[in-house]
Parts: sequence; structure tokens; C-alpha cells
Amino acid sequence: MSVATGQTGDAVIEIRDLNTRFGSAVVHEDVSLTVRRGEVFALVGASGCGKSTLLRETIALQQPVSGSIRVFGQEVVGLDDEGALPLRRRWGVMFERGALFSSLTVAENVGMVLHEHTPLGERLIAENSAVKIALTGLPADAGPKYPSELSGGMRKRAALARALALDPELLFLDEPTAGLDPLSASGIDELVRHLRDALGLSIMMVTHDLDLLWRSADRVAVLGEGRILGTGTMQELSHSEHPLIREYFYGPRGRAAREQAWNRK
Amino acid sequence: MTHIAGPDTEAHIGPGAAPAEARCAGAWTLRGIAPLEARLDAFSWPPAGELSIDCSGIAAMDTSGAWLLHRTVRALEQRGRSVRVLGLRAEFDALLKLIASRAAATRTGAAPAPSVLEAFGRQRWIGLLDMLDMLAFLGETAIVALRSLAQARRIRWRPVLHNLQTGGFEALPITGLLSFLLGIVIAYQGAEQLRRFGANIYVADLVGLSMVRELSPLMTAIIVAGRSGSAYTAQIGTMKVTEEIDALRTIGVAPIELLVLPKVLALAIALPLLTVYTDVMGILGGMVMARAQLDVSYATFLDRLDDAISLTSYMIGVGKAPVFAAIIALVGCHQGFQVSGSADSVGRRTTTSVVQAIFLVIVTDALFSIVFSWLGI
Repeated sequence: MSVATGQTGDAVIEIRDLNTRFGSAVVHEDVSLTVRRGEVFALVGASGCGKSTLLRETIALQQPVSGSIRVFGQEVVGLDDEGALPLRRRWGVMFERGALFSSLTVAENVGMVLHEHTPLGERLIAENSAVKIALTGLPADAGPKYPSELSGGMRKRAALARALALDPELLFLDEPTAGLDPLSASGIDELVRHLRDALGLSIMMVTHDLDLLWRSADRVAVLGEGRILGTGTMQELSHSEHPLIREYFYGPRGRAAREQAWNRK
Repeated sequence: MTHIAGPDTEAHIGPGAAPAEARCAGAWTLRGIAPLEARLDAFSWPPAGELSIDCSGIAAMDTSGAWLLHRTVRALEQRGRSVRVLGLRAEFDALLKLIASRAAATRTGAAPAPSVLEAFGRQRWIGLLDMLDMLAFLGETAIVALRSLAQARRIRWRPVLHNLQTGGFEALPITGLLSFLLGIVIAYQGAEQLRRFGANIYVADLVGLSMVRELSPLMTAIIVAGRSGSAYTAQIGTMKVTEEIDALRTIGVAPIELLVLPKVLALAIALPLLTVYTDVMGILGGMVMARAQLDVSYATFLDRLDDAISLTSYMIGVGKAPVFAAIIALVGCHQGFQVSGSADSVGRRTTTSVVQAIFLVIVTDALFSIVFSWLGI
């Protein structure tokens, strides 16, 4: 990515009338949403409502039954791995459980992506990997370690470093704070905003973490009953009348997170 | 700057307008900096004291480009030059500052590789620890086994039966086929020699004795080590990676009791049975070949077989099988428990498991031969 390209505001991801079914189970019914350039967009909803499926469809790992997904203006639905490659070089994905290659060290995990896609020399690749690792807030001695030697929070950061390896324009985060202690989680909050501000990234994330939503998300879409129940800022959504959205934001945890967000202002 | 040419997707560096000035331009991005890296080392910086770098020509920059710029500036400063970066766009400047602030925490390169001697020593040491661990595992299993024997209700029969089926019954086709072929090969190889001496009838001795006493138990054990030993390692290893072993412990179920003992028990039952079966199949193969090559009829062959194979020979062959079974099951399970953390480790341990099991089976077989010849049986 480069900071110079693109204007804030135009669409990076456009999903139109998306339908997904597993057998007879309907997952998505005419889902439409837009992610704009430079924003942190969050997808929320109850467990099993198809958030992660939507994410997987957007990054061309899974095919919907019908509908259209355009990323950087290019249709993703129906693309094979080869066709998706040019797009995949422009986005980074951080999986929920990290999905780091367990036989490689953290630095090699990041470096491997650079080896695969850039003509850079050994030294610059090693340095670049170290910079990416440092960017995510990992200590320098994490580089030569294997993923199995890291804690859960450090593994998430390492996965983020790998997702950032090619300086993507667009970052997909699947549950970036799930399974982290509050301190690490708020570190991730800050990191997400920081990266967006410093690198001009667009970010689409799937999360359950209400604190992360209040702190980092520019716009949020609530997925439920196979449809988008509402889209807007957290402010707007918290005034929504839809019972499922109200339940989501006015449950005991939702209330606590909202109050905390208010107190900070 | 006329010498700064080329497409704008590349990063450039060149002398600037003033004598103590250098000029950067183009796209300082991941894709743009590759050709620049080599040129940067050869670039002759103005020799004068204070140096300024005019960056107003930089059209695009990402973290990689910012790193390269930061690295260059830092290298100059370390040589005692004072450097000013001028004209960088505000957003690129923020990026450069971010990289600079994080750069203190970067370190490249892995730990230096150990010397040959050190690597050799480490390997031996790990091998020794592995062996001690194997002994400890053997002891632990023996204790659990004795405890289970004292309370027969604690033996888990379901997994025993399941392992009997997968490790024993499902191995019937492959072990049968291979021993049948082995019988044919032995008879065929022997036929030429025996015919020369007119000793055709002794083909029954040749095939019968070699199969029953040595080859059939050995080959069955090797096939089972490849089939089941590897499966045990992979199963237990994967359970270790996914923390299922720890979960068993917390529930209060001893992993050895649930995972190891049934396997040892099942294989100790299955392998002798398989050996009897492969005895029969091997001799059958020899019989077919004897009739085809040496005109020894089935009846004559069987008649001779009765004299050729003593009960002792037969019992020695079958008696080795439970020992081999214990070796295969214990090595397989032990290697499974040795898995640590990664998918890679599961693969490595599975390989080790099969190699170690086959090695130990053959060594034990040799020991048996020595002991039996001492005893004169």
C-alpha cells in the first residue's frame, strides 16, 4: 500500500445481495454492505450468525450461492486461487487462531511472504520482517521464536505482523482480541487505530469485543437472522430500535462498555 | 534532475541541487525499493559536513520504504554525519517517525548456528534423554498395567476391541498377501539348489522352518509397525497439540490408562494371531511354488511339513510376537507423547516412531536368536 493512493470515502469492499446456504440452512439472505477506504469497519453479531463466513467469502476462501462481492472494484465471487492472487497481494488477513506456520519462526513467517512476492534481498527481507514485528508491539526477541513458544496474545501480534508483511491496503481481522487478557486486548485496540492512522489502512474486522468496537470502529454492521440489521457508528446503533441490536448493546456487558466509552469522552 | 529517470514505480536517489544535498524521489514502496537497495550502497554521499536529504520528490511511501530511508539516515549518523531530512510530506514523515520509534526494538538474524561438535553433542544428549524418557515411560506404563490387572474392571475393553479391529483385523489382507508372496519367493529361490541335489522334498523344510521361525513374525511386526505404530504416534501427538491429553488429565483419566494400555493389550493379542495367519499364508505360497517348480504334490508337502517343523520352532515364532507387539505399541505411544506444539513435530515423531520400532524389533529378534542358540533350541 502507499499512503498516496486513493481518496478517503470511496468503497473498498462492496457486497451486494449476497446469499449463502449450507444445505438447507440459510446463512445470508440478501446481505449488502460497503466498506469505505480508510475506515475501520466492524462486523458484529451473535455466534454462528455467519460473520466469519462473510469474511471468508470476501477473501475468496469460500463461495456464496449468489450475489456479488467487489474488492478494490474487482469481483471476487467465482475467482479461483490464481485469479485471486493479484488481489491477495493487496490485502492481509489475520486469522482468529493466528494460523502461523508452526515449523517456521515468527520472523520466517513474515519473511516467507516477502520471499514469495517481492524481489528483495535477504538482508532487506530480514530487516523488513523485524520492522513489521516491532510495529505490532512484539519484543525483538520474539522474531527467532517458534509460534509454540509464544503466548496467545503474542501469537496474535505475530499473525498481525504477517498480515502486514506486504504493506496491504486492506486488512481483514478475524476476532483480533478473542482470547486475550484485557491489557493485551486494549493494546490491540490501540494498534488497530494506530495502524489505520499511520499507514492509511482500511480495516474490516469481525469481533465480539464491545470495548474494541467503542474504541476503534468507525462504522459497525450488525448481522443477525441472515440479514444486516443495522449499519452505522456505535453512537447511532446504540439508539437503534431493533430488538436484537438493543439486546446486543444493552445487555449487561454492552451497557458497561458503553458507559466506559462515555466516561472517556 | 535529468539522471533520475525511469518509471515512477521505482525509488530513486541522486545528488541534489546544493553540494551537500542528496535527493530522493519516486515510489519508496515495497515493490519500488528492490532495485534501489543495491544502488544505495554504491551511492557516493557528498563528503561535506552537514548533509541534507531532499525528499520532496517522494510520491509514495510505505513501511518498507520508510525503513530503508530510516536505515540510510541512521547509518550516516553512525558515521558521524549530521543529517537533515527535508521536504518529506506530512503523512510520510509521520510514517518515518513511527518506524524510527519502533526501530529501536528491531533485531534481525537468528541465533548463530552451533558448531559441528556442539550440534553433535546436543544430538547425542537429546538421544540419551529420549532413551531415559522411554525407560520412564515403560515404567509408568508397567505400573498402570499392574494396577489395571489388580482391578480388571479398570481395563477399558471398548478401545481394546477397537484397536483389535484396526490394528489386527484390518491388517489381514496386506499381511496375508505379502507372506504368501514371500513363501513363493523362498520356494522359487530354493528350488534351483534343491533340484541340483535331488532333494526336492526338502522345500517343505526350507519354506516351513524359515517362515514359521523367523520371517513370518518379523515381517508381520514390520508391517504392523508401519501401519499401527505410526497411527498411534500421530493420534496421540495430535491430541497433545490440541491439549486433549491435558484435558484427560484434568478430568481425572490417566492418559496411559485410556490411550496406551488398550493399544498394548490389543496389539499383544492381535500380533500372535496375525503371525499364525501369516505362517499359514506363507507356507501356502511355498506349497503352490513347490508343485509348480519341483513337482512336490500338496499331500507330500504337508506330510513332510509335519516332520520338518517341531512344536518348539512354531512356539518360538509365535512367542516372539507379543514381545514385538509391546515394542511397537510402546514406541508408538511414547513418540506420540513426545510431540511438542507443532504440526512439524507430529511428522517428525511419526517417522522416528516407525524407524525406532522396526530397529528395535530386528535387534530383539537377533537377541532372541542368540539366546535360543545358547539354550540349544
